[in-house]
Amino acid sequence: MRLDAKIPGGPLEGKWDARKAELKLVGPNNKRKFDIIVVGTGLAGASAAASLAELGYNVKVFCIQDSPRRAHSIAAQGGINAAKNYPNDGDSVYRLFYDTIKGGDFRSREANVYRLAQLSRLIIDQCAAQGVPFAREYGGTLANRSFGGVLVSRTFYARGQTGQQLLLGAYQALMRQVGLGRAALYPRREMLDLVVEGGKARGIVARDLVTGKIESHAAHAVLLATGGYGNVFYLSTNGVAGNVTATFRAYKRGALFANPCYTQIHPTCIPVSGEHQAKLTLMSESLRNDGRVWVPKKPGDKRIPLDIPESERDYYLERRYPTYGNLVPRDVASRAAKAACDQGFGVGPTGHSVYLDFSDAARRDGPHALVEKYGNIFEMYENITGESPLQTPMRIYPAVHYTMGGLWVDYDLMTTIPGLFCLGEANFSDHGANRLGASALMQGLADGYFIIPYTIGGYLSGTELPKVNTADSVSFRLAEENARDGVAKLLGVKGRRSPHDFHRRLGRLLWENCGMSRNETGLLGAREKIRGLREEFWQDVAIVGPGEDVNQALERAGRVADYLEFASLMITDALERRESCGGHFREEYQTPEGEARRDDANFAHVAAWEYKGEGAPVVLNKEPLEFSAVHLAQRSYK
Amino acid sequence: MNYTLRVWRQKNSLDKGRFVDYEVGGVAPEMSILDTLDLLNERLLQKGEEPVAFESDCREGICGACGLFVNGYPHGPQKGTTTCEVRMRLFADGATIVIEPFRAKAFPVVKDLVVDRSSLDRVIAAGGFVSVNTGNAQDANSILVGKDRAAKAMDAAACIGCGACVAACPNAAAMLFAGAKVTQLALLAQGNPERERRALAMRERLDLEGFGNCSNEYECEAACPKKISVSHIARLNWEYLRAAALSEPEKVEVGPG
Ligand SMILES: Cc1cc2nc3c(=O)[nH]c(=O)nc-3n(C[C@H](O)[C@H](O)[C@H](O)COP(=O)(O)OP(=O)(O)OC[C@H]3O[C@@H](n4cnc5c(N)ncnc54)[C@H](O)[C@@H]3O)c2cc1C
Ligand code: FES
Repeated sequence: MRLDAKIPGGPLEGKWDARKAELKLVGPNNKRKFDIIVVGTGLAGASAAASLAELGYNVKVFCIQDSPRRAHSIAAQGGINAAKNYPNDGDSVYRLFYDTIKGGDFRSREANVYRLAQLSRLIIDQCAAQGVPFAREYGGTLANRSFGGVLVSRTFYARGQTGQQLLLGAYQALMRQVGLGRAALYPRREMLDLVVEGGKARGIVARDLVTGKIESHAAHAVLLATGGYGNVFYLSTNGVAGNVTATFRAYKRGALFANPCYTQIHPTCIPVSGEHQAKLTLMSESLRNDGRVWVPKKPGDKRIPLDIPESERDYYLERRYPTYGNLVPRDVASRAAKAACDQGFGVGPTGHSVYLDFSDAARRDGPHALVEKYGNIFEMYENITGESPLQTPMRIYPAVHYTMGGLWVDYDLMTTIPGLFCLGEANFSDHGANRLGASALMQGLADGYFIIPYTIGGYLSGTELPKVNTADSVSFRLAEENARDGVAKLLGVKGRRSPHDFHRRLGRLLWENCGMSRNETGLLGAREKIRGLREEFWQDVAIVGPGEDVNQALERAGRVADYLEFASLMITDALERRESCGGHFREEYQTPEGEARRDDANFAHVAAWEYKGEGAPVVLNKEPLEFSAVHLAQRSYK
Repeated sequence: MNYTLRVWRQKNSLDKGRFVDYEVGGVAPEMSILDTLDLLNERLLQKGEEPVAFESDCREGICGACGLFVNGYPHGPQKGTTTCEVRMRLFADGATIVIEPFRAKAFPVVKDLVVDRSSLDRVIAAGGFVSVNTGNAQDANSILVGKDRAAKAMDAAACIGCGACVAACPNAAAMLFAGAKVTQLALLAQGNPERERRALAMRERLDLEGFGNCSNEYECEAACPKKISVSHIARLNWEYLRAAALSEPEKVEVGPG
């Protein structure tokens, strides 16, 4: 398949304007004739749904939770980037673009990232106008802080609850449209299939999670904004309802899945404590502004941190990366923590953690200043571990956090299925092989508020879309049957092991072999084991209770079944990419100092995987990445 | 550690429901109460029994999905935490822990510990927003908001919409929930133009949804996992009275269902 990203010609700075100028428009009275399905109500979905309804389209919005406000975007803590240059510290659209593309280890599309940097400024204006209570200075202007991987302060925040406040802004905009009757809400619904008719996406099949009813919904276009698949690893910072189901089923209907192996491991999370943990808790990256990371210089040093004198501490990030110090990007910080622990310098009961120490900042600015910035994060830490970060250093360890991979989309955010768009974390577009902090919120809102409202008009006005009726459409009937069969098959197994148990075992296999570092032997072994686990799943998964009712074991089992298949695709992608880049660290490809070694000659491309049917091998399609504005450099944060 | 979980089981909204006792052993002190319910559910599945339905997503106190009565308190006896943040070290080994759904007229039980809180969404749809369409907002720094005022707005905006305030209130009022949103937006210049309309519409919607009235019991503040202050209720009442006095009350449109 030839992948056409439809990137407009002309200079980088003018591409988005050029695209907007050439896109056809839908007339104001015609918009209400178009039905648009938005699956997902996180930042990407809620902002898209609200904006499209404001324009006059008929919008139907779906989410798994009982309320759109509970999408996982709500949990984002640290902040959102924008090239406003309010602090006058040398920021610009170009610099944000450059930092983001470099942070992504030169594995993202130049034109997309540049547009993202341009739109970043509008996002802050829009959110401020909605009443998002951003942090302010005494004079009433907006406050900024810095995040990993950059040398300027461009991150806007609302205490440690930035995602919550941005999402509530988008949710309120959406609820306003619901109140006005322009958007209809379908909460507690899980999308189980995409319906393609006449070669175009024309609707979805969803399960009502209360009644178990399988429903068909038709539309002129479908937007997937279903978030990331990080909890394929079982333990991650993602919410427990996270899944790959929506995008994976779209993949099975013909959408290509890009870079599935690109996973972000976040360096600052609360370490794993026991067997029966449902998830891991992130400690915002913003903490690295004031916290210093260290381990004892002696391996296996069991003294309490306060008893270890300065001279016997190794502030290894500051030592190895003097320019960026504690603010190196996530992939670099995570690997450095893993290396320290693997060499026996790790601290805490399991030896799988490092210190993040605030004592210098507390001496410098006073504890009050720390509480003002990080109060709720400190509280969260104390509640979970029983220790106060103001008294003793935090203990942190990397954890799965974000997935850069996702459905392949062109510059208009359309997948390879016409009429199927993909937004937010669910697409692959802007972060390459590693995402810089505070840029997911930016991307989700750029996609939803500022890109899709333009590009969808171009699609709808230029495409023949005959009416479909769900009742007599064969495609809908088949998709419904497919969904019903899927449920029946799961209920029919009647085994003895819980879906959680399979999920946990799958997660462990992936974490060990396709996590922070990967090698061919490990990947091949894991692929075999996952195949075995999948077979065992279909013989022994336990689901009790009917399909026509709230049945959370059934929901989980469906998601785990998809993860078990999807995990093989991740591994195939990780095997195929014989280089190290960003979050994808192949042990075979590293520099003598242990840094990632990219191979631009052979791997400067997006790997977009195509499904060819049950049992058939998947097909790799490559979109070459061309760089005109930036020079491909070995990333250095020294 | 070992516990007896006394859990409310109810098939659906029509079923009368009852408590069932379950023994759960092998619990670690750092586990949350939801981890413990997960463990119970895994064991129930292994025995071929139907697991307990309950809601959660973020498991870190921010999404507002979880919400259980634990030993008679919404989100448990510990102040300022959500159910998912309640750790087992809070309970003595061997204790019996009573777990029920949030109960209120406006929150019908769906199954076991799952209730329907969509009434809260409809209160927001009635007026809990700033009417600004996407695009063409002015530069963010052209709206100045003093640091303290922004901090107060943020205190109010911290609400996670869990409904604990409603569940705690003897009248099942949602005044703290609505008051927090009205306060946040009233404190900001951006929210000012619609201040009256918002207070009237949200107040009216509360009645329509079957929420009760405030009789100053202060239970809501005590139960709020985000420690949102009852002063926001006073603010809501004040905004409502002010709006009613200021405007020849225009006909307030309440959005459909
Ligand atoms: C703890 C944490 C902290 C973070 N902090 C930051 C930060 O400080 N800055 C930053 O930029 N980024 C941060 N991120 C990343 C960022 O929050 C996410 O990438 C982003 O919010 C994703 O938004 P989204 O709209 O794409 O998806 P989500 O918010 O995940 O929403 C997904 C939506 O899709 C729905 N859905 C999913 N599957 C289905 C289905 N099958 N059927 C129907 N509906 C479905 C869900 O119900 C939900 O409504 C953080 C992430 C985590 C986990
Ligand atoms: S699960 Fe999100 S607040 Fe408890």
